[in-house]
Amino acid sequence: MSLDAKPERGSGRGADDGHLGLHQAFTSAGPAGPAARAGWPEAPPRKGFFTDTSICIGCKACEVACKEWNGVPQDGIYELLGSSYDNTGALGANTWRHVEFIEQRKPLGAQDTGITIGVPESILAPDVLPDKPIVDLGMPAFDLPSASPEAGERTDFRWLMASNVCKHCTNAGCLDVCPTGALFRTEFGTVVVQDDICNGCGYCVAGCPFGVIDRRIGEKSKHKDVPPVKNAGVAQKCTLCYDRLLDDQTPACAKACPTQSIQFGDVDELRERAAKRVADLQAAGVMNAQLYAEDPENGVGGAGAFFLLLDEPEVYGFPPDPIVTTADLPRMWRQAGLAAAGLLVAAAAAFLGGRRS
Amino acid sequence: MSTGGYERGQQHVGEAANPDADQTGPKNSTAELGAMPGTGGRGSAAAARDAGRGGRPGGRGGRRRKGRAEERMVPDATFTSYYGRPVVKAAPWEAAIPLYLFMGGIAGGSSLLGAGADLSGRPALARGARIGATGAITVSLLALVADLGRPERFLNMLRVFKPTSPMSVGTWLLTAYGPGAVIAGAAEVAKLLPVRFGFLSTLLEVAARPAGLAAAALAPGVASYTAVLLTNTSTPAWHDAHRELPFVFVGSAAAASGGLGMLVAPVAQAGPARLFAIAGAAAELAVEHRMEHSMGLSAETLHTGTPGRLMTASKALTAAGALGAALFGGRSRAGAAVSGLMLLAGSACTRFGVFEAGQHSAKDPKYTVIPQRERLDKRRAAAGAGTAETTQETR
Repeated sequence: MSLDAKPERGSGRGADDGHLGLHQAFTSAGPAGPAARAGWPEAPPRKGFFTDTSICIGCKACEVACKEWNGVPQDGIYELLGSSYDNTGALGANTWRHVEFIEQRKPLGAQDTGITIGVPESILAPDVLPDKPIVDLGMPAFDLPSASPEAGERTDFRWLMASNVCKHCTNAGCLDVCPTGALFRTEFGTVVVQDDICNGCGYCVAGCPFGVIDRRIGEKSKHKDVPPVKNAGVAQKCTLCYDRLLDDQTPACAKACPTQSIQFGDVDELRERAAKRVADLQAAGVMNAQLYAEDPENGVGGAGAFFLLLDEPEVYGFPPDPIVTTADLPRMWRQAGLAAAGLLVAAAAAFLGGRRS
Repeated sequence: MSTGGYERGQQHVGEAANPDADQTGPKNSTAELGAMPGTGGRGSAAAARDAGRGGRPGGRGGRRRKGRAEERMVPDATFTSYYGRPVVKAAPWEAAIPLYLFMGGIAGGSSLLGAGADLSGRPALARGARIGATGAITVSLLALVADLGRPERFLNMLRVFKPTSPMSVGTWLLTAYGPGAVIAGAAEVAKLLPVRFGFLSTLLEVAARPAGLAAAALAPGVASYTAVLLTNTSTPAWHDAHRELPFVFVGSAAAASGGLGMLVAPVAQAGPARLFAIAGAAAELAVEHRMEHSMGLSAETLHTGTPGRLMTASKALTAAGALGAALFGGRSRAGAAVSGLMLLAGSACTRFGVFEAGQHSAKDPKYTVIPQRERLDKRRAAAGAGTAETTQETR
């Protein structure tokens, strides 16, 4: 992992989606992508993540690399949450990558490795086998645990692991509802908070359909040795390592991932890769292998960071069918307008009716 | 019962994709899963099954259930979650926000009453309403700033105007509304002072009516936009209420400001305030009832726990206040004052109740997962049993 010196943050922050008005939230991004819609001239190809959870080994290197690179403060002091190996909990202001662990009594799939339980036959070739009976020296066995007679019947078990992250939606709820323009669409089509603009209103927290973004809580205790928390009181989430992208570098989590479970690249290409991978897995008989948040026709207009899951989304704590809240906003404004008109009429009627009494 | 269908559906998908699944048979079911630490949440399928068909998910006992209507709205809640953790995040807002919703409603309604009283020659009502509006909007602004994570940056709200952000729209509405309301209120306060400030006092007197009318023109927006502020979120109970909540909130605003008018103005002048309050209370109660039926599953949060108690109190206080206003409001000052106080308290309970219901609905994953799962299954079924077939084909 080569995380080189942190480059200066780019000056290109011009495109507040806010200046584009009502229409932008309700239109699909089109072939040019969300960056072009947000007003970036000659935007580079949209960048994103394809997180293939089928090859995640739960090492949490992504969590660590993200924290190290982005200077994200700790999110709890050695808490044990009693949820398998997940002691992080959830995405939030101080967790931009979150590795989930799900234990299930389900078979992994119909894969056949060709290895028989016990010592593989290929090793025990006839000419290697000794004539004399094997003497038990009391050494630790090299057999698989299941080879011992006490092991009992093998039960089905699978461990799902997944590295969750901000989805960088095409139609992003957080960005739509941000009243300061602190959240903006980058030239890479990602959604990023400008730390020095955000005033911590917290609207984006409720606006996100995935529960990703949160307001960072500051250090209450003013102990001398405790350094003040950076960006306290401000909304914080994954930036898809905006600073690294500006320097043509891979985001820290993808760089650190040892199995390429986290793949970074152009969204168009990642979509192709994801489609091929899910087809392969389904062909291999892996239960419920499915893509999540990838479909450009979905409720958030397709995510820039999407996933291959081995079970239904809610098993991973994902909403099964998220729809950006602003999709209903025109109707909401209409209802509010009608209600306001009603209030005005009621007030007028009260005075006209009251005159008689 | 659609969620039961979901489970069966899931099972089918698994079997289709995995020929070995039959050897595990029922072990594959969620009942077994729930026995393992944290496969399902507290509201998991397993818990519901253990509790028996139609039973409520484990660990959620002690809820009060209200009548037939709710029985129908609550399906057999079988769903899966990640260790019972929330899917969406609750807004990091505290009591300052519902307080603002309440105060904003008082301000909006009172500006309308103040302008009407001014035009129709009811000086006492105009005085009370205008000063009330000024006080309420001042408290509102302080509450809004106090609730920010970085209060010193509150002016950043004025960097942009975004119609997609009700908070941005609201900020600009309040910015436009505030000066008029404050000038009208200041003029009323100036009249009460024993001293005059020469030219300044004259200016205030002249400006009072236009300022009050300008505030009144924006007041309906101030009273109604706050509903969109809540409904334009991923918080289930708020978003699900988006058709009716604006009407509930303006009704609540009319009831509260009418109640304030009855409290501060003599009976002879408070007639319009009474009518306004009664109409508002009636509208609020009627539309709130309808809202509970159109919201779906998340309406449950309006009946349980703290928000349930607040909503019950809100209905009782609002109804009693409106009744009191109709029966005694025109006869005795004391009756009017008590009715007015009840209406104000009822409105406050509505705002805190709706706010808390939303927070509860965000913290319990079932309100996010179950409706979305049903929507997804319906769409998949409509698409022609898509998943099972595709997985079979690709094998």
